[in-house]
Amino acid sequence: MTKIIEPNKQSNIFKRPSSETGIWSWITTVDHKRIGIMYGYAAFFFLLIGGLEALVLRIQLSQPDNNFLTAAEYNAMFTMHGTTMIFLAIMPISAAFFNYLLPLQIGARDVAFPRLNALSFWIFIFGGAFLYSTFIFGTAGAPDGGYLAEEVGWLGSAPNGGWFGYQPNAGLKYSPGTAMDYWAIGLQILGIASLISAFNFITTIINMRTKGMRFMRMPVFTWMTFAVSFLLAFSLPIIAIALFYVTFDRKFGTTFFLTEGGGDPVLWQHLFWLFGHPEVYILILPAFGIVSEVLPTFARKPLFGYAAIVFAGFGIAFIGFGVWAHHMFASAISPVAQAGFGLSTMVIAVPTGVKIFNWLGTIWGGKIKLNTPMLFSLGFIGMFVIGGLSGVTHSVVPADTQQTDTYYIVAHFHYVLFGGALFGIFSGLYYWFPKVWGKMYNETLGKIHFWLMLIGFNLTFGPMHWLGLQGQVRRTWVYAEETNLQFWNIIVTIGAFIIAVSIIVFMINWIFSKRNGEKAPFDPWDARTIEWTIPSPTPVWNFSKAPEVKSLDDFWHSKYDEDEDGRAVRKESTDQMLVELEEEGLNPSENIVLPNPSYFPILLAAGLPFLGYAVIYKSIPLALIGTLFLLIGGFGWGTEPLEEEVEENLEHE
Amino acid sequence: MLVKKIFKLKNLKYMLLVFLSACIENAPLDSLSPEGPYARSIDELFWITFWIAVVIFVIVQGALLLSVFVYKEKPDSPEPKQIHGNTKLEILWTVIPVLILAAIAVPTVRTIFDLAREPENALKIEVIGHQWWFEYKYPDYGITTANVLVIPADRPVRLEMWSNDVLHNYWVPKLNGKRYLVPGQTTYLNLHADSPNEFWAQCGEYCGLSHSKMRGRVLSMSQSDFDAWVKNQQKDAVAFSTDDLSLAAEGQQVYLNAGCTQCHVINGVWDIQGDRIAPNLTHFANRNVFAGAALKNNPENLTKWLANPAELKPGTFMPNLELTESEINALIAYLETLK
Repeated sequence: MTKIIEPNKQSNIFKRPSSETGIWSWITTVDHKRIGIMYGYAAFFFLLIGGLEALVLRIQLSQPDNNFLTAAEYNAMFTMHGTTMIFLAIMPISAAFFNYLLPLQIGARDVAFPRLNALSFWIFIFGGAFLYSTFIFGTAGAPDGGYLAEEVGWLGSAPNGGWFGYQPNAGLKYSPGTAMDYWAIGLQILGIASLISAFNFITTIINMRTKGMRFMRMPVFTWMTFAVSFLLAFSLPIIAIALFYVTFDRKFGTTFFLTEGGGDPVLWQHLFWLFGHPEVYILILPAFGIVSEVLPTFARKPLFGYAAIVFAGFGIAFIGFGVWAHHMFASAISPVAQAGFGLSTMVIAVPTGVKIFNWLGTIWGGKIKLNTPMLFSLGFIGMFVIGGLSGVTHSVVPADTQQTDTYYIVAHFHYVLFGGALFGIFSGLYYWFPKVWGKMYNETLGKIHFWLMLIGFNLTFGPMHWLGLQGQVRRTWVYAEETNLQFWNIIVTIGAFIIAVSIIVFMINWIFSKRNGEKAPFDPWDARTIEWTIPSPTPVWNFSKAPEVKSLDDFWHSKYDEDEDGRAVRKESTDQMLVELEEEGLNPSENIVLPNPSYFPILLAAGLPFLGYAVIYKSIPLALIGTLFLLIGGFGWGTEPLEEEVEENLEHE
Repeated sequence: MLVKKIFKLKNLKYMLLVFLSACIENAPLDSLSPEGPYARSIDELFWITFWIAVVIFVIVQGALLLSVFVYKEKPDSPEPKQIHGNTKLEILWTVIPVLILAAIAVPTVRTIFDLAREPENALKIEVIGHQWWFEYKYPDYGITTANVLVIPADRPVRLEMWSNDVLHNYWVPKLNGKRYLVPGQTTYLNLHADSPNEFWAQCGEYCGLSHSKMRGRVLSMSQSDFDAWVKNQQKDAVAFSTDDLSLAAEGQQVYLNAGCTQCHVINGVWDIQGDRIAPNLTHFANRNVFAGAALKNNPENLTKWLANPAELKPGTFMPNLELTESEINALIAYLETLK
């Protein structure tokens, strides 16, 4: 029998939630594992939507001068595809990993602020729902004085100024209606969610490490979480301010970015990319972390150059703030600025190269087990290298002025964000599947998923390099037949559908294995880090007692010695130790106090969309409703203790 | 020199090009077939970088595949040596990329400044971006035209560019890279074509509904042809007298009365000074494309366009004037006289 202490339930504004199963237990949960799982499913849902948007785009582009979509619909689709994939799919799916794994990797019972964690999840959900409500409530149309031959349907009534929202095109005069307001305020809300979790993770990593878990003993994934959290904390305020400017320009007649009022449209580009480039590393560093966990495990060797990989990660994060204008080489910047940002962009290739070489050093001489997570990690290296090398060609400024705004760029960043980030994420999803669900995934389906995705991915994005060099411009609804681009466009569309099939294989595997998969042992991979010392699925209390860490890869060293050649030798005591570990993990010997569930995070978060609608429709009642939610949520939260006081006599065995 | 050595790889480059272009021929926006010195200097830089990237690509992917094949788990594989790193090796693979990048950086920076410098003896042309067409003004000659940029061959051209509304991006891939057109600022771009030819232009920056249809043509001409073109452009259109009964004369009346003059100027017929928001039509028939160079200038396209412009260019500022069929035919007959 477990010994979780039942709290003394006192009433606040509401009675403290108490369900442990069912929908209310999920809505009120502050458990980092449950929040991580919810993040994962929500992000995957948005990944599917963003994928559908991509398929619709590819159908339109499969033929020259195609009429499958109208121009308004096409522009809405590519804007929503980019916005969804970045802010609603990849960022939150990384947050899912951070949430679930971070406390497990540092030996903590939860994150530093469990309720804030729940808050950032619910803000993300409400922000995503708010953004997508544009399809129902939003409006869009031709610029002032322009004409459209047909009505803009529901599909075209989404934000249409691009995920980058360049001014003044995304301003009120050229993008009338409310769709771009939904975009600006939606991103604002999502930014709040990310900021909150960034500070939560920073605090957690600094304060909640278990005994002996020095910084230089932390797993690389934890390190990358740390780096990403700092990137978020420093870059999001920039975009928050820029988005406020946009909203003020659109709703309240200011002219921050409007030339006719003395504003400067190029300023928006600077602000956007000063956020936008660190954002790229926010998307890719978690995958770096995942791969750095998977490769050593399945090569059965320690990470080659641990310190170099950690510092390279921070180097990338730091230099990442000094390269933003490479998104603007064709824009109104001087040759001196072009040269400076070209050089800084070259510099960032160095730490990135260090990582790649160190990963290669890790698998070289190993004993490589080619299962699904390993295949995805190896695929990650292969694809990311291509994205990195095409990135170097952008740092050659004159060459970039040919490539920028063409499909060459689209190819480049999909090799980074899909071949890189998403391959890494899939690697992680398979790798930690047993820990999360206590079941094994199906290896055959996993491999089919990998190969289909690898082929589909390269068919989709490989030819785009060539299309871009042949002059296919981005964000174009149609291309002329005379440009002779149709052949590779058809191949690209076929590739996109192969990716879609691979995703279906993944979903079948996930659903089937979660229900009927083989029971997972607690250390199925003979792994290295301490999250594998606890039972699968992870018990609600994580560690039955706080672990003590004596070295990097502590769990591995408790299982293996090295002989005089430096080869790993399994200790005699290992089998016995593992049996004891599992026994102990399932039956904690001390009393465990967990943070209690709470209604207030979701209540507080629910206020934000109301405030968003209030700004869009300039409605006082909506603003009052939103404020009411914030006040009730905030007050209730403030007066509710994290853990209810425990009375000894309520303890039960 | 290293650079020259790499250039000997040109043959390889052409083999690759032949392979890749097996399926694409005559792509008019091809950025890899430069037709002028500016585009050529970019092209050379690109291929240097490209071949360095290919070498690194082969090394890294080779090492990746090799280690997978060699060190793949076999039943008799021994447990691997637990190597934590190798400082010398790590310094090596930090320093080598630095050196390679430094080698790329030198020609990069030089080319940046070469491309930005104002060439001597350049012809100045103003480029003004509109949603969704490019307007051209030749201040030295007093010419205003649209969609088709006419330049002398073998002489540098200095474009002074700005936008009338949103950001645009001027791109003639065979002559140079891209440059933004920004409202309230002037940006510059040099063009230089080797010989008389026709090139395609395209707006690179997303600029709203019909961004994809914001295209252009650049015609480079021999100096004598160019001079003749200038002379012709400087002429006004000859107005038909009101008692002329030809179809074209009827078309002129449609132009004057149906509302076209709100936005379109024809010098000599309706030339109230001052800019209009739409292309100057004085030499409309002289241009082989119209509507932001999205349509070929022929009676069939003109008929469709005049019947409902927004059908062909979503968001366009040209209204549907509800012209009758006979009005459209007359107007087309008139436009064809505007050589």
